Amino acid sequence: MSERKIRVLVAKPGLDGHDRGVKVVARILRDAGMEVIYTGLRQTPEMVVAAALQEDVDVIGLSILSGAHMTLLPAIADLAKERGLDNVLFLVGGIIPDDDVPALNDMGIAGVFGPGASGEEIVGFIREHAKKD
Amino acid sequence: MDLVDRLLAGDRRAAAQLVTLMEDGGPAARDAIAALYPHTGRAHIVGVTGSPGTGKSTLVYELAKAFRAREMTVGIIAVDPTSPFSGGALLGDRIRMQKLSTDEGIFIRSMASRGQLGGLARATGDAIKVLDAFHCDLIMVETVGAGQSEVEIARAAHTVIVVDAPGLGDDIQAIKAGLFEIADIFVVNKADRNGADRTYLTLQMMLDMDETHDATVWRPPLLKTIALQGEGAALVADAVQRHLLHLRDSGQLLARKKRLAEEELRRILGQGLLDRLLHQVSEEQWDSLAAGVCDREMDPYTAADTLLESFLHGLAAQEEEKGGRS
Repeated sequence: MSERKIRVLVAKPGLDGHDRGVKVVARILRDAGMEVIYTGLRQTPEMVVAAALQEDVDVIGLSILSGAHMTLLPAIADLAKERGLDNVLFLVGGIIPDDDVPALNDMGIAGVFGPGASGEEIVGFIREHAKKD
Repeated sequence: MDLVDRLLAGDRRAAAQLVTLMEDGGPAARDAIAALYPHTGRAHIVGVTGSPGTGKSTLVYELAKAFRAREMTVGIIAVDPTSPFSGGALLGDRIRMQKLSTDEGIFIRSMASRGQLGGLARATGDAIKVLDAFHCDLIMVETVGAGQSEVEIARAAHTVIVVDAPGLGDDIQAIKAGLFEIADIFVVNKADRNGADRTYLTLQMMLDMDETHDATVWRPPLLKTIALQGEGAALVADAVQRHLLHLRDSGQLLARKKRLAEEELRRILGQGLLDRLLHQVSEEQWDSLAAGVCDREMDPYTAADTLLESFLHGLAAQEEEKGGRS
């Protein structure tokens, strides 16, 4: 019997081709012993949620640097709820103004990590909050 | 409704959760297999293997599109390696298959190899059963980027596609034992690249060395593709279907299924015996034997025999005790 692994989907939704950050985070999570599914660029909310469902992930990490987070994130969070993914921990990284953080938290995006967030912080947050059944 | 009932009713989330259960293993996974096993055995299982970077994922994507166009439902299990250091994994096969994510007739699952050698994960066989019971007509299993001897897939699939690409080795590589021997279909991908003709000829030469002229023997077709542009994928899909017909008509399908069943049974039995044996060995006995082998006081075969003897001895004692009580 193997220990239960934390599975994380990382994706870049919307029209935003800057994927250096998300690749660094994917690598950090891999090195922390997690199974990271990277789905690539330009994902629609439907694609993100469909992949998360098939992969049965514990965490969805989204990287957005385009400024469209207040449109994309609620769409993804709502769709996830609709499909029954109610146990999934949502994180977002990228360029997110501080003023938007409370609204994001309200819609179920538990962790918001801007520039300068350390790998340790992200890994620690996931280990603490990812729901393991 | 329990997970297996939901799976049989076509619930995608149940399918996903059952694959996770198989990866975790344990009694709950066994119960689920017992419940869904009668509903398996329908799907055509197709392995896709080859060296890293030959274009396996892209070809799988194009093949999935081709089979969908033929109104088949498709399951995809894509295996990538687990880090031997951190235990983590970066599963990137979905990147090439993004556009299939939202098609309800396709189910894609990434799996980490979790330390298993041979190109598959320990739970891949059970994940195949889950997708089979989920009514996938065809299940493609993409192995980790394979070297020369990652041939486990031949023990799981009915049809094996070996993908090669230009620039990866000379004609001696092609006649070595291992990977190339398990192919039912050869694909030379990236056929627009320099050296593709040479790779093609090399494989053709290898195939021509087979001396059988028996028409009932399957000769692996050799096909060129440019998967990135979708070129040639339909021909590969044709070959996959032709191979299944050949297996059926010649009676080899049954023989192959029987062989796969026997190998699976043997593997599970071996693992079960090992688990039970190790369960009985005390830590001190294990440590002292291992130290003895390390210090050259005892050779490893003698040490293993010692453990086996004491295991069988323990079994006999248990039997006697039972007999005495009854």
